[in-house]
Amino acid sequence: MSESMVEIRSVTKVYERGKQKVEVLHELTLDIPTGDFVALMGPSGSGKTTLLNLIGGLDQPSAGEISVGGSRIDQLSSGQLARWRAHNIGFVFQFYNLMPVLSAEGNVELPLLLTKLSSAQRQKNVAAALEVVGLADRAKHKPRELSGGQEQRVAIARALVSDPRLLVCDEPTGDLDRNTADEILGLLQVLNREHGKTIVMVTHDPKAAEFARRTLHLEKGKLLEQAA
Amino acid sequence: MTRTGFVVANLFRKKTRTILTVLSVIMAFLLFGLLQSLSHIFDAGADFVGATRLMTQARVSFTQPLPLSMVPKLEAVPGVARVAYSQWFGGVWQSNTQVFTFAVDPLRYHDVYPEWVMPEQQWQTFAGTRTAMVAGKQLADKYGWKIGQKIPLSSSIYPQKNGSKSWAFDLVGIYDGKDENWKKQTNVVFINHDYFDEANLFGKGRTNFYILKLAEGSNAEAISKTIDATFENSPDETKTQTEKDFNLSFLKQIGDIGLIVRWILFAVFFTLLLVVGNTMAQSVRERVPELAVLKTLGFSDGSVLSFVLAEALSLCLAGGLIGLVFATLLGAMVEKATGGQFQLRVDTFVWSIGIATILVMSVAVGLLPALRAQRLKIVDALAGR
Ligand SMILES: Nc1ncnc2c1ncn2[C@@H]1O[C@H](COP(=O)(O)OP(=O)(O)OP(=O)(O)O)[C@@H](O)[C@H]1O
Ligand SMILES: [Mg+2]
Repeated sequence: MSESMVEIRSVTKVYERGKQKVEVLHELTLDIPTGDFVALMGPSGSGKTTLLNLIGGLDQPSAGEISVGGSRIDQLSSGQLARWRAHNIGFVFQFYNLMPVLSAEGNVELPLLLTKLSSAQRQKNVAAALEVVGLADRAKHKPRELSGGQEQRVAIARALVSDPRLLVCDEPTGDLDRNTADEILGLLQVLNREHGKTIVMVTHDPKAAEFARRTLHLEKGKLLEQAA
Repeated sequence: MTRTGFVVANLFRKKTRTILTVLSVIMAFLLFGLLQSLSHIFDAGADFVGATRLMTQARVSFTQPLPLSMVPKLEAVPGVARVAYSQWFGGVWQSNTQVFTFAVDPLRYHDVYPEWVMPEQQWQTFAGTRTAMVAGKQLADKYGWKIGQKIPLSSSIYPQKNGSKSWAFDLVGIYDGKDENWKKQTNVVFINHDYFDEANLFGKGRTNFYILKLAEGSNAEAISKTIDATFENSPDETKTQTEKDFNLSFLKQIGDIGLIVRWILFAVFFTLLLVVGNTMAQSVRERVPELAVLKTLGFSDGSVLSFVLAEALSLCLAGGLIGLVFATLLGAMVEKATGGQFQLRVDTFVWSIGIATILVMSVAVGLLPALRAQRLKIVDALAGR
């Protein structure tokens, strides 16, 4: 495959809970090539969310190096990381995490307030993103007027709208029924195959993992060797 | 949508709470505007501009009467055209209705107050009848008093020579005001000072205050200083001020109005800080995950801080400005209703301290929640830790 989108080198993550130190990730090394769609599985507490947060620049490793899209992000200050996230990463969460006071289009527009785009240009990008997730007709609806699946589509549109190359998704279908989950997973697949997005997705659901190009297993802070 | 739009949208997350909070801010600033303009009046220095009359009273208090022997000395002061005097009688109508009653020298009073309108014949009768009294039109209408009636009034202060506090006067005239303003104030009774002075059991030849009509174009401030200087170091030191300041000093008897106002405002704003502060703290507490998502999307810690501060500012600004507008309107209404007697001007000065207060309050209620939002760690907030 082509160059790496994500390069993780000997990353260790230790949380301090009072006096107790908990090592959640232990000297973890991982490469995710550009254009890949990786499912990350493992038992509860194995460190999946922790790893995803490190890749997405929401947290810093205790040791080791992380490069995403060619930039070292393990040394950035929190302000630099925020700016970096705005341009390079799209996030999708299990519980959608939309702003209840904003309409679908307001939610999707939110990340664009960090850009210099004109209002008209923002509207255009928002419309395009809602079109991709198939929700153009629900633009004016508030989150509570949408179904779970629709809310997750809005969240995906919000993750897409600033056109990042990498999407990180933490159990994006964890709160959805089978059919709806499959629709969302199909959408992610389209984003990966047709729009060239690299995707890292945490899931507990083996059926969901089947939508990915490959599956990684995390256990007690270490990746299990995996036959390609 | 803009950042401002986002802030406004967040304010309406809990409509009822926002509206109630804004209402309490409105009430506080309404009170603030009115009380501030009130204490502004009291704190303002003496203003002699345009004064055509001066009031002279004993320096300590007008409850301490001055001797009538001052009349010629006052008349001798250059710029004083005519001197009238007035003595508080403490009138009570029927069992316990207070009636503002003053014992005056009728013709002097007439000269000094051309604003009181009554047929000349009645002024003459007032002057010529020892037991005469004249009443303001409002008062006469209210109690159905007719000219020729004998009106029993008791005094809360002065007994007659025989020890009885019951007096009776012959109503010989009913005066009115020369215009709308003065018509509103025709609720005072005047009796003959000569008669009162003779018939009362206490002091003789004294009066509570003098009213000096000034010659046209004279310098009120200079005259006031001359008079007070004349009686300095005498047993009857004086205080001479404009009618407006005199009226204020009447109210000042109640207490230090400025201090009272400051305490009321302190209590109001202390309560307000708790109310609005609680609203802000709650609104941040209940959307910790949303604030974390903002940061996830790339909003800096500083932006998140400013979102919360902007919300606090919007709440305070909306309520504060509406409150000040209401205060301005209400103040103008009070001024109009009292015929300019009671000037509650919510002016530029009151507005500027009002706006400064709004800004300080926004920071006071917004800063702690905003700092909390700023310090929020994304991973913890997302995980609900
Ligand atoms: N901020 C933190 N402070 C202390 N401990 C933490 C913190 N974040 C995570 N942990 C601990 O690290 C371990 C891994 O957490 P993580 O959320 O990465 O697990 P996970 O694999 O995503 O689990 P799940 O499948 O339940 O989501 C857990 O034991 C958790 O309690
Ligand atoms: Mg997890």
